[in-house]
Amino acid sequence: MSNEKKKDINVVGFLCNWCSYAGADMTGLGRNIYPSNIKIIRIPCTGRMDPMMIIEAFHNGADGVLVSGCHPGDCHYSEGNFYWRRRYPHLKSLMEHFGIDKRRFHASWVSASEGKKFAEVVKKVVADVKDWQENG
Amino acid sequence: MARIGVFVCHCGTNIAGVVDVTRVAKYAETLPGVRISVDYKYMCSDPGQNTIIDAVKKYNLDRIVVAACSPRMHEGTFRKTIERAGLNPYLMEMANIREHVSWVHSDDKELATQKAMKVMEMAVAKVRRSEALSKMFASIEKRALVIGGGIAGIQAALDIAGAGYKVVLVEKEPSIGGRMAQLDKTFPTLDCSACILTPKMVAVSQDPNITLMTYAEVVEVCGYVGQFDVKIKQKAKSVNSKCIGCGVCVTKCPNRKSLSEFNEKLAPRKAIYTPFPQAVPNVPVIDRETCTFFKTGKCKICEKVCPTGAIEYTQQDEIIKEKFGAVVVATGFNIYDHSNYGEYGYGEIKDVISSLQFERLINSSGPTDGHVVRPSDHKEVKNVVFIQCVGSRDESKHRPYCSRVCCMYTAKQAMLLKDHYPETQSYVFYIDIRSAGKNYEEFVQKAQNDYGVVYLRGRVSKIYERGDKLIVKGADTLSGAQVEVEADMVVLANGLEPKANAKELAQLFHMSYDQYGFYNELHPKLAPVETAISGVFVAGCCISPKDIPDTVAQASATAAKVCALFSKEKLEVEPLIANVNQLTCSGCETCYNVCPYSAIEMEDKEVRRGDMRHVAKVLESVCKGCGACVGSCYCKAVDLKGFSDRQVMNQIETATTELSTND
Repeated sequence: MSNEKKKDINVVGFLCNWCSYAGADMTGLGRNIYPSNIKIIRIPCTGRMDPMMIIEAFHNGADGVLVSGCHPGDCHYSEGNFYWRRRYPHLKSLMEHFGIDKRRFHASWVSASEGKKFAEVVKKVVADVKDWQENG
Repeated sequence: MARIGVFVCHCGTNIAGVVDVTRVAKYAETLPGVRISVDYKYMCSDPGQNTIIDAVKKYNLDRIVVAACSPRMHEGTFRKTIERAGLNPYLMEMANIREHVSWVHSDDKELATQKAMKVMEMAVAKVRRSEALSKMFASIEKRALVIGGGIAGIQAALDIAGAGYKVVLVEKEPSIGGRMAQLDKTFPTLDCSACILTPKMVAVSQDPNITLMTYAEVVEVCGYVGQFDVKIKQKAKSVNSKCIGCGVCVTKCPNRKSLSEFNEKLAPRKAIYTPFPQAVPNVPVIDRETCTFFKTGKCKICEKVCPTGAIEYTQQDEIIKEKFGAVVVATGFNIYDHSNYGEYGYGEIKDVISSLQFERLINSSGPTDGHVVRPSDHKEVKNVVFIQCVGSRDESKHRPYCSRVCCMYTAKQAMLLKDHYPETQSYVFYIDIRSAGKNYEEFVQKAQNDYGVVYLRGRVSKIYERGDKLIVKGADTLSGAQVEVEADMVVLANGLEPKANAKELAQLFHMSYDQYGFYNELHPKLAPVETAISGVFVAGCCISPKDIPDTVAQASATAAKVCALFSKEKLEVEPLIANVNQLTCSGCETCYNVCPYSAIEMEDKEVRRGDMRHVAKVLESVCKGCGACVGSCYCKAVDLKGFSDRQVMNQIETATTELSTND
């Protein structure tokens, strides 16, 4: 076990309860390994994502943020993820305007059965954030 | 200051094998507000739960964190536990350190332990802001909707009706019966499929508690458990209730342009038809796509010959609105389309047939009256090759799963063939024989030993025509030899896949489904017929391929679930809903516009004395707690119980800070 004190990157993941959180559970059931940098917060639906929560995460020093929900059309609450899908690009450009590199802010659609996909998504997000950290 | 108890579960070695649970528990004790922290082998066990209850009493705890598995697994369990300890059940949070930590970070135990500590700390941060919530109740409409009239839907409907509740059974085709009605005999008992199915079909039509709607589809669903508002489209049958099922119209109809779906396109069918003679209800429908009258405006022969005047060309599709308390989805399967297999002739060699076509050929009420003849020239067959795993266990066709029934039905078909024609010889190309089931292995052995079926372990590389024969080239991997069989007919063991529109139906109910379109059960082992949507149950092959006994068992299981739901007078629902702070509400109506459930109402109210305002209000019994209103509120006047801004902000703050100590 390496004990060198290098500040590891920290990603906050907002996962909707019905698809992506369940998908992340499925990742566990399938024992698919992914980086431990992500800390998961369960929300009922991506439609609940208040832009303030993302700003707060970056403001508090998160290196990356991931928001993941049901595939469009599959939302447990019919349309919640459509609201998020509309909000995300706006928020992303706003974040860039604030100086948050686009590699730090991600959104994905992961269904309850896509355990492997969730592991891939996290790997990609962590790789992107690392790329930003190391190469600027 | 809160008095929080933290309980860390080992889950045997599931968590403790990777995460240092004692360190997690010790770390918890350093967090503000935490009075006691314990780790235990199985928190969900009886002694584990008692540990929590005892600690609540001993340390006068008012909030609990359980660091264990996913809340989707045991949130309900531990809410009940702390309720027994006298606390409000919503003052408990779970930290998911199994599915989200130990199982996915087993590559680095140190990092996993650190993450587990952080995840637990986030739950502590959240529970600090948790509020006691009171239980809510909803009424239940004690009527069930069953979608799909195959053996699963039939069994579910009969069981629910048998318990005294009203059922509406909706079937897309003109008759119930489903796939099982197409089969000749069933393995491993070789009893006739129709003989065991048709009595059940008749029972459905005669049960006073069951309303049968055939040629109908569910088109819209609103509401939730206890109160589903469903719109069902009754397609125009063009035949009204005066029909006595005499069948003269079918006999006299001159239009034979369509191919019978029931007979797997091996025979034509009329434009007015019942799918098969034992159809329930025994009322024909007019296929308006092919009917001469509907296409040219001339003919009307059926109307002329009908003795009761039951033909009604002017009938229209009708939308029927119904209210249900629970739904059973049993939509069944299609077989894999083998035209995707180039090596088997892209579905273009006439004498390469699907398994269901073989069932129709060998069935005495089938298109050939039970004579197994080649579709190309109607000659009887001598050598028949069966090929297994067509659209199953085949990564290249994106069908890596086993369809479970094909090994068995292939053995059955080979035996039936030998019974009908003792002169025939069957060859089976297989990968492995999967015959797990009561008397299944014995059945396959019998096919090999008593019926002389030759089993060749290997795949077929090519089928081509030579003269009037089919040449089947393949490998026998056991002897290592290339084999070439001259066959009269090839029968493919097509795998099972969901119905083509399975995903659309899932989206109506917001059920989740896998990459193939099979519906996801709530838990693969412990909740195999429930879905993530409370009040919606699933049975049969729409979940995964399975045989008739398993399907019937699942169907009865859904009925038990529905009856258990209906046995209650009131339904307890989660109080995790939105609420509006009317003092800060600006009355902009954004929440009113975004709410998918119309659960927000605008009212003009005196929020303070002399302060009359236009403000939003949540209709508690309608709100489902999605939080769309919260995410879109400009003035932070709406909040969501259980996922409040303060709770989530606390979690974010904790997630983004370093662990306060490193032991």
